Amino acid sequence: MATLTTIGNELYTGERSVPVVQKRKLWFLIAGAVLVLLALGTVLRGGFVFGIEFTGGSEFRVSGVADTSDGPALDAVASVVPEADARATGLGPEALRVQTDEVTDEQAGEIRAALAEAYGVETGDVAFSFIGPSWGADVTTQALRALVVFLVLVSIVMAVYFRTWKMSLAALASLAFDMLVTAGIYGIVGFEVTPAAVIGFLTILGYSLYDTVVVFDKVRENTAPGSSGTFLGQINLAVNQTIVRSINTSIVAVLPIASILFIGAFLMGAGTLRDIALALFIGTIVGTWSSIFVAAPVYAALRKGDEIKAESALPKRERGAVV
Amino acid sequence: MAKARTRGARALLWLVVLFVALGAVNWGAVQFDEDQNASWTPQLALDLEGGTQLVLAPQVAEGAQVTQEQLDQAVAIIRQRVDASGVSEAEITTQGGQNIVVAIPGEPDAATMQRIQASAKMEFRPVLQSAAANAPGATPEPSESEPAAGEDPPAGTDAWDQAWVTPERQAAFDAFQCADVDTTVQAPADQPFITCSTDGTARFLLGPVSVEGADIADAQVTPATNSQGQATGGWAVALELDGDGPASFEAVTRAITGLPEPTNQFAVVLDSTVLMPITSNAVITDGNASITGGFDQASARSLADQLRFGALPIGFVVQSNETISATLGESQLQAGLLAGVIGLVLVIAYSVFQYRALGVVVIASLAVAAGLTYLVVTFLSNTEGYRLSLAGIAGLVISIGITADSFIVYFERIRDELREGKHLTSALETGWKRAFRTILVSDAVSFLAAVILFLLSVGNVRGFAFTLGITTFIDIVVVALFTHPVLRILARTRFFSEGHPLSGLDPKALGAVYRGRASFRAPVVEGKGKTSSREAQRRQTIAERKAAGDAPVGAGRSGSKGEES
Repeated sequence: MATLTTIGNELYTGERSVPVVQKRKLWFLIAGAVLVLLALGTVLRGGFVFGIEFTGGSEFRVSGVADTSDGPALDAVASVVPEADARATGLGPEALRVQTDEVTDEQAGEIRAALAEAYGVETGDVAFSFIGPSWGADVTTQALRALVVFLVLVSIVMAVYFRTWKMSLAALASLAFDMLVTAGIYGIVGFEVTPAAVIGFLTILGYSLYDTVVVFDKVRENTAPGSSGTFLGQINLAVNQTIVRSINTSIVAVLPIASILFIGAFLMGAGTLRDIALALFIGTIVGTWSSIFVAAPVYAALRKGDEIKAESALPKRERGAVV
Repeated sequence: MAKARTRGARALLWLVVLFVALGAVNWGAVQFDEDQNASWTPQLALDLEGGTQLVLAPQVAEGAQVTQEQLDQAVAIIRQRVDASGVSEAEITTQGGQNIVVAIPGEPDAATMQRIQASAKMEFRPVLQSAAANAPGATPEPSESEPAAGEDPPAGTDAWDQAWVTPERQAAFDAFQCADVDTTVQAPADQPFITCSTDGTARFLLGPVSVEGADIADAQVTPATNSQGQATGGWAVALELDGDGPASFEAVTRAITGLPEPTNQFAVVLDSTVLMPITSNAVITDGNASITGGFDQASARSLADQLRFGALPIGFVVQSNETISATLGESQLQAGLLAGVIGLVLVIAYSVFQYRALGVVVIASLAVAAGLTYLVVTFLSNTEGYRLSLAGIAGLVISIGITADSFIVYFERIRDELREGKHLTSALETGWKRAFRTILVSDAVSFLAAVILFLLSVGNVRGFAFTLGITTFIDIVVVALFTHPVLRILARTRFFSEGHPLSGLDPKALGAVYRGRASFRAPVVEGKGKTSSREAQRRQTIAERKAAGDAPVGAGRSGSKGEES
């Protein structure tokens, strides 16, 4: 507590200051470089890796197995459909996932039986799913629609609340940064893009903005009509005053996500939990960075040359309610 | 002060009322639920309970949009089929305005799956013979022989030609069991076939298709009229045909009108069963017919709907088919819950580490939020059929962080005010006013995200967005009706008001300088302090200043400010 609180005190008074606004060109350069590197890396690695939900195919999950080696699974599939391109992945200590090209219902039944026999489990413990190639695309189309509607509405809400479109624009810039970086990390590492990952991706929207709104609320307060100092100076002070808060809220937000990610990745293997949490985990951390080092500098750039209005610019009641 | 306490107490009282109300609603649902489905635990979705989930996407001609009406009709048709297959508790819902989700507990057999996926097909066929259904098991016959009837056609030339009735077909018809009707197999349009009425009470030997369902332009419920055009008080279905419909309908009505029963009838066939036989009383030349005969308004509406929508060429493709074994479901549930527990413990540990005694407030607030969330989810599960999925649980776990974030925003605000040199009580109030605005607007953004996700998305995304939305809302309720009132009450204890080092609100640790009882000198602040103290003065009502009591806080501070600058 002591150290973070002390730093918090010093940031609050301005004794210690991170040159967020002054060095904004540096932060823009870093952001740009990160985006370019991720884009290049994604292209060089061969684009995004799409999950079975996007490509279509059949999936078998064998649960309660003693041994998760994939040899028996591939043999079992080959014994039924020799030409099916099968891939097997272990899911935690006692489950296995086998993905193949699309098979018929009959073949699926035979493969289930073969897998059950190969791993010494009941047929009922072999779950089967079939996913048409349009499923993932459908989810994504809907998600993109949701994204566009959300962006429009949220820009309006923020512009109305903060009474300036410049804050909306800056918040959207940092949101775009978060989404691009998260997508880029998926691309560069080759994490599988699944509908669950898309969900996590969309949730970044709410999160990233939450952080930015907290910072901007303080900026708005510090640059309220009648405040002393320069506009950019007050933006910088506001960001510094909220840094400790941003760190605390982000850590608290990331902890449950990390626990889902941990459980999802190590106990369950690939699946809904891991995919949602992975995208969110990356997005939340990037979001913390961007609310400080993208949103605020962009806003400062938009406000360059502006001056804080005189106190009388707004009616008295308005001043009292400044936040 | 006393006022503050009563206000705090009142907010807490509201919270209790909310709890009791939610509890009572749930109790009512459990107590008075006829189907015995309601319970004190939320229903689980298939990925946690085990079962099969099919997502069907409609295929519409020429990229046309599917209307909600068509979807509802499709759901009704699929529900009939699933019910007919003897599967109980299947849930059939539409999703995202275009897909149909069929959730079936356990694992359906291949025939059920086939039945669900088959597209509805409507056609009119002339009746060649009809009779009451055979008693089950009366004349057992190998079922394979029946559809084979069309292989040896000394065929009739017209659909209504009695020459279609060969001895083989006659024999098959005589022996036909209604249980053998397979709605998934489409009979060839140019061949006769044997089937039963949808309710299984009559069997029919039908000629080839004379009017295709696609030729039905419209069907409307109208009041029935007699030959003089006067209303009879009954109901009729006005049928309108287009395309080849009027010509073929004219041909069939011309041929069969006046023939002896049942050959003067044609059958409305939906999904290979006879919806109803209709007696032709007149030659219809313009493709506009009126179907009468003992309808009430509801049955007329039902037939009209079936004619209209059954006629639409909606087919379904299976978009995804997921079977989750009960064991896998259970382990997913456990994993989700475990993740929740770990997340909760981590958040609590961090809060206590950062905010000391205030961490206890975080724990209590999270407990209240968890209680409210549980009741709301159970309530929605009982009344709206909401089912908690793995993605939903993930949403709940993630919401722990969002909820705790509000407390942090609030606490940090109070600390900011303390740094400004305020006494705890007034720091609490100003901090609250500012923090609550921040919380409201940032939660509004999160809530907006959740609502839009929910409205525009399909599948798993919905369950996730749903829990995220609920918890965002509950977050606001908890922070306003619990966290803030409790802090108000705690602020009256010596432990907090004197800023015990472990209270998490120690002004000395926060850089505010102790000046005497209930008054702190502001730390060195350039520019900022001046504004804030002015603002603070402005914000304090006279009553508050009086209540703050012994030290003239505002004056003391501006004095100290003067010394420093």
